[in-house]
Amino acid sequence: MTDAALTGTAGRPSAMSARVQVALVLFALFALFPPVVIALDDPFLILIGTRILAYAIAAMALDLILGFGAMVSFGHAAYLGFGAYAVAVLSSFGIHDIALQILAAMAVSALFALVTGAISLRTRGVYFIMITLAFGQMAFFFFTSLSAYGGDDGYALSQRSTLFGMDLLRSNTVFYYATLGLLMGLFALCHLIVRSRFGRVLTGLRENRTRMQAIGFPPFRYQLTAFVISGCLTSVAGVVLANQAQFVSPAFMSWHRSGELIVMVVLGGIGTLSGAIGGAVAALLLEEFLGAVTEHWRLYFGIFLVLMVLFSPRGITGLVQQIKGSRR
Amino acid sequence: MMNLLVLQLLNGLQLGVLLFLIAAGLTLVFGIMDVVNLAHGVLYMVGAYFIATFAAMTGSFWWGLLLTVPAAIAVGLILELVVIRRLYDRSHLDQVLATFGLVMIANEAVKIVWGTSPLAVPMPELLSGSVPLMGPLQYPVYRIAIIASGLAMAGGLYLVINHTRIGMLLRAGATNRAMVSALGIDIGKLFAIVFTLGAVLACIAGALVAPILSVDTGMGESVLILTFVVVVIGGIGSIRGAFLGAILVAVVDTLGGVFGPILLRSVLDPSAAGQAGRMLAPMLIYILMAALLCVKPDGLFGGRG
Repeated sequence: MTDAALTGTAGRPSAMSARVQVALVLFALFALFPPVVIALDDPFLILIGTRILAYAIAAMALDLILGFGAMVSFGHAAYLGFGAYAVAVLSSFGIHDIALQILAAMAVSALFALVTGAISLRTRGVYFIMITLAFGQMAFFFFTSLSAYGGDDGYALSQRSTLFGMDLLRSNTVFYYATLGLLMGLFALCHLIVRSRFGRVLTGLRENRTRMQAIGFPPFRYQLTAFVISGCLTSVAGVVLANQAQFVSPAFMSWHRSGELIVMVVLGGIGTLSGAIGGAVAALLLEEFLGAVTEHWRLYFGIFLVLMVLFSPRGITGLVQQIKGSRR
Repeated sequence: MMNLLVLQLLNGLQLGVLLFLIAAGLTLVFGIMDVVNLAHGVLYMVGAYFIATFAAMTGSFWWGLLLTVPAAIAVGLILELVVIRRLYDRSHLDQVLATFGLVMIANEAVKIVWGTSPLAVPMPELLSGSVPLMGPLQYPVYRIAIIASGLAMAGGLYLVINHTRIGMLLRAGATNRAMVSALGIDIGKLFAIVFTLGAVLACIAGALVAPILSVDTGMGESVLILTFVVVVIGGIGSIRGAFLGAILVAVVDTLGGVFGPILLRSVLDPSAAGQAGRMLAPMLIYILMAALLCVKPDGLFGGRG
């Protein structure tokens, strides 16, 4: 208890353990999914499961800055694209190892996040949203005109990435569990980051920027670091998605995708990490469900979104209210 | 070379006035109401679909254009009343989500009502054909008409904003919303007017461009992002900034696509220059925006953060 009180977010000592508990339940459900799928004899479901896990990683990474840093980045799909194209570009040069691909994806993402973040973080509020969106589009257009990798049409991958030189990920089930392992590892990492001194400074900046500045924490440096970390982690999800679809295209990084990532984070409750994972599951299941019922699923998804914002503001964004209160 | 430059400058100007018509509404909504409206590009698209329908119904482009205006007013008022009005006191995140939902709804609704295949709007008889500019150079009359009407509307907007009572309230609202409200102005009514005005301008932009583009569901999106860049460059809430930003973005975007590869050819070999040019051209305006923000984080005419 004292330990939690010391390291936890101010005033919410029990929130920490709750976050981990929810995440553990989710992980357990994820782990039980493949046996169920095998029992149902529908192997396609396992690929959908992998897709959900990949978006869970991305949503969690976005939550790191959206929830804990109050930075509404509308360009996060760009990092999905960097991850996906890292796989495509490296494998076209014969480098199939997933560790190297993740490393490359993170390096490119770190650089992009560093440059665009440094510019975007000079601004706040509406400007920040629009500028991150614009930079996301810039990356989108770059890959659209990258004719060596199919441009607009995308690029089919000849094989899945290898793990330590072995062809382990070829099995959909192994690939699923590998992605789950990745998600759990990254959750632990994000959890540690949020609990660390760095994480508490970030939360402090969210709550009261001026005060943090006054006691000697330069906001820019901390926020930029968080922005870069978040971008790097999101690109990991891109690496998984490219392998899941065995296909990459600029569609991975369209601004609709960025919007969907935000929806996932908000749906599950922002600033909780495990909420982002749950939100990714909920959003993608809703999408799959509506998609199965009607071809115009976007219409209903949009209506759901508008109604959600209009009629349950506290339910979904109780924390946002807090952020807003401190900003005014 | 000179001819090409003039031609592309005119194309840039034509895109610029259209961008201005869209950006003007967006920047006012941002500046006065502090609302992030991702659905603004949708209005541009809807304007194009309106004129396609009305022109087909009446058989005349002009009647189509005339009927688009009241339809646009209706759409603006309804949208404000049903959704946007409830977002004024919300966080930016809520606004982003709700208007993102509106984009999904509108794109899908358009597909349901008008189908997925692009529509074509016939060019009005009066404005078809080309006029000689200089030497052998010809330029389509319709594009000149777009430039002229866009500039006329920009001028009209300037007069309204700088020389009328409602314009004075708009400027005051962009500077200090709370004060305007405290002075007894019905801020709700002002917001409805501002939003509807923006909606009408965006719809008209969509209607004007319909004869030279194919009308389809994706058309609002590319323009929305360009408009965001314009608003960021010009400074939120500034009509003057939106005008300069729109022309700047459009000219850079148009000239960059054509002259980028030509300029690169002097330092690279032709095929590499072509390749690099094609990749760099669409990124130019974002680089411009980034460079400008390094110098002026609030945009050209933005006073507030």
